[in-house]
Amino acid sequence: MASKFIHAIYSDDDLLMQAVKQIRDKRYHIGEVYTPFPVHGLDKLMGLEPTRLAICSFLYGLAGLAVATWMMNFMMIEDWPQDIGGKPSFSFIQNMPAFIPIMFELTVFFAAHLMVITFYMRSKLWPFRKAENPDLRTTDDRFLVELDATNHNVEDLTKFLYDTGATEIKLIEN
Amino acid sequence: MSSHYEAPIREPLVIGDKSYHDVSNDVAAPVEGRANKSWWIVFSIALVAFLWGLGCIIYTVSTGIGVWGLNKTIGWAWDITNFVWWVGIGHAGTLISAVLLLFRQKWRMAINRSAEAMTIFAVFQAGLFPIIHMGRPWLAYWVLPIPNQFGSLWVNFNSPLLWDVFAISTYLSVSLVFWWTGLLPDFAMIRDRAKTPFQKKIYGILSFGWSGRVKDWQRFEEVSLVLAGLATPLVLSVHTIVSFDFATSVVPGWHSTIFPPYFVAGAIFSGFAMVQTLLIIMRKVVHLENYITVLHIEYMNKVILLTGGIVTVAYITEYFIAWYSGTSYENYVYLSFGAATGPYWWAFWALIICNFVVPLTLWVKSLRRNIMWTFVVAAIINVGMWFERFNIIVVDLSKGRTPSGWAMFSPTYVDIGVFIGTIGFFFVLFLLYARTFPVIAQAEVKTILKSSGEKYKKLRAKHGDDVSHVDPEVSGAEPASNINESTTEQFDEENEHEDTVNADALNLTEIQKDRLDDMLQRVGTYNPETETADELTKLTSVGPLLQQRLHQVGIYRFNQVSKLTKTDFELLSEVIERFPDADKREDWVSQATKLKKSN
Repeated sequence: MASKFIHAIYSDDDLLMQAVKQIRDKRYHIGEVYTPFPVHGLDKLMGLEPTRLAICSFLYGLAGLAVATWMMNFMMIEDWPQDIGGKPSFSFIQNMPAFIPIMFELTVFFAAHLMVITFYMRSKLWPFRKAENPDLRTTDDRFLVELDATNHNVEDLTKFLYDTGATEIKLIEN
Repeated sequence: MSSHYEAPIREPLVIGDKSYHDVSNDVAAPVEGRANKSWWIVFSIALVAFLWGLGCIIYTVSTGIGVWGLNKTIGWAWDITNFVWWVGIGHAGTLISAVLLLFRQKWRMAINRSAEAMTIFAVFQAGLFPIIHMGRPWLAYWVLPIPNQFGSLWVNFNSPLLWDVFAISTYLSVSLVFWWTGLLPDFAMIRDRAKTPFQKKIYGILSFGWSGRVKDWQRFEEVSLVLAGLATPLVLSVHTIVSFDFATSVVPGWHSTIFPPYFVAGAIFSGFAMVQTLLIIMRKVVHLENYITVLHIEYMNKVILLTGGIVTVAYITEYFIAWYSGTSYENYVYLSFGAATGPYWWAFWALIICNFVVPLTLWVKSLRRNIMWTFVVAAIINVGMWFERFNIIVVDLSKGRTPSGWAMFSPTYVDIGVFIGTIGFFFVLFLLYARTFPVIAQAEVKTILKSSGEKYKKLRAKHGDDVSHVDPEVSGAEPASNINESTTEQFDEENEHEDTVNADALNLTEIQKDRLDDMLQRVGTYNPETETADELTKLTSVGPLLQQRLHQVGIYRFNQVSKLTKTDFELLSEVIERFPDADKREDWVSQATKLKKSN
């Protein structure tokens, strides 16, 4: 059976928030919402899980710290334990103050870049990727709600969406 | 919906009756328009300066560092002065986008994009100096710990110059991804309104296929917040590490534990001065006075005042400690009695006047809000902070521990040429940026429009904090649950329409009438008692019938036509039957402007 979607376009973020609430109260399934800017609280209202990117970033930071520690311990203490300006190179801890700047920088480097790469991968963002917003105005000033209409009466749903304040309602069949 | 409440004491951050669409239009305008003559003039000057500097760099590298004014005593002078100066300038960008984000400062939104751009372009310039000041720059890759054929000969991790390599490259790369991630929704906005296929293609690639889903936004905000949390210690650490180049040495005047925080404060001080310099020009050139307001300039001046105060305290501390330590060598350091009266007295006093005395004027509110004066002060601080680094480096080196090694420094034209070249390169990059990038983070500005926009602040002042923020102008249907007595009353009050509109013959809805009123308010109304109607038929494809229709919606004069905008035309084609196509009426505005003058 062909699937049907309804695209309801709203012209205001407050209206959108209110509409999403009403749609969820009626137990219609919201497929996706496209907005031109982050509408605060919309993810909670839609019941999205919180993102775990911050946790990833923390782990990446730990990895960076480990890499830095291992690298400098190996190069400065194990491989070539030389006397450079009287700095004690007998053990890692003795010369550690001089290693702190790079340990710090590599922690930040790993945490930042690997998190951003994770974000790009998870959200499927990269050069030459085609944009998928169904209406071009959704990056400017329109807010689009995509609803699954397969098992619903389209007319009732349209009437309902009209009452929530949608300015345009479109049926998409494929 | 009182979620947009903001204390009335706060001044608006977005001036004018801006809607979301207006924000997009204003931000996209410089990208979509053509460069004007003054842009080309400034760009050419910057390009010539850049090419001249490039010539000086090639001459230095191919001939030898001896073409600079360095000597055996003073081995670092303009090169490292300029390096630290440029790195310092870069710091304000990250401060604005990261630290102010952590503090939830809404005013950062109009300036963070350009401040970050400034960071990246300034760090580019800074990054040149560690390479070109090397005696053998073609071996620069030896600073990296790469396994090699010399029995895996590694680098020495004790050196602050190596820490610099890690700090600067981390700083540049993290700033770059932070900036770019923030740009995605704005590139997407430009992509979706691009008219030429070329523009669409380019911005399609740049925007990485951003579609603006809710989940994307949720992640986007988290990434921004975490990056801000990482960039804040990063920005503090980078200039700290730069200051270690001096502070970890044994040179009198350099060996000082105050350097790390003092350099960071100085970096923010000089960085904000450069942001002021650039934004005061940019807001004028690309017409963003409604977004970068006097309030923004005042806030930045307050940061300058704060960091300038910290720097001043550091000066006094250094001066005091030089005396208090009782070390005879400390009498010649850059902030000491010896420096104030010695051969570099002019550099000492330039530092005091530019960084301490002149910024004090910003305590006066009227001067702080004076754009011209701000520009002057910012320029003076840029000079003063260059002198601070010059003094720290050159004055301290010039009189070391052994008097037989004392020397003076004077730069050659190659020293100066390289510096001018980096300034040229900086402006080449910044000018190209201002024409091709969305210079204001429009997606962010749209999130504060309802809380800090002038239009909505007025709305709340007039109708109370619980007023609906739903824009009646653009919404096609009022939601059923929204219609209660208080809101309908509110709209009824304002239901008196312009009397120059004779719309009876046209079939108008109440909303369209409202929009016509707004349009007429903007383009001006026609008063038959004092004015005479123009012959609108002089415009292309306007016949008597269309003229009559235009009269019905209240348009009688060329002056009014010349002020019509794209949205007005959309409205007119909506209310007037058989309104000419977009291409036929395209130059009405320019025609009307000409006709208006010939009248």
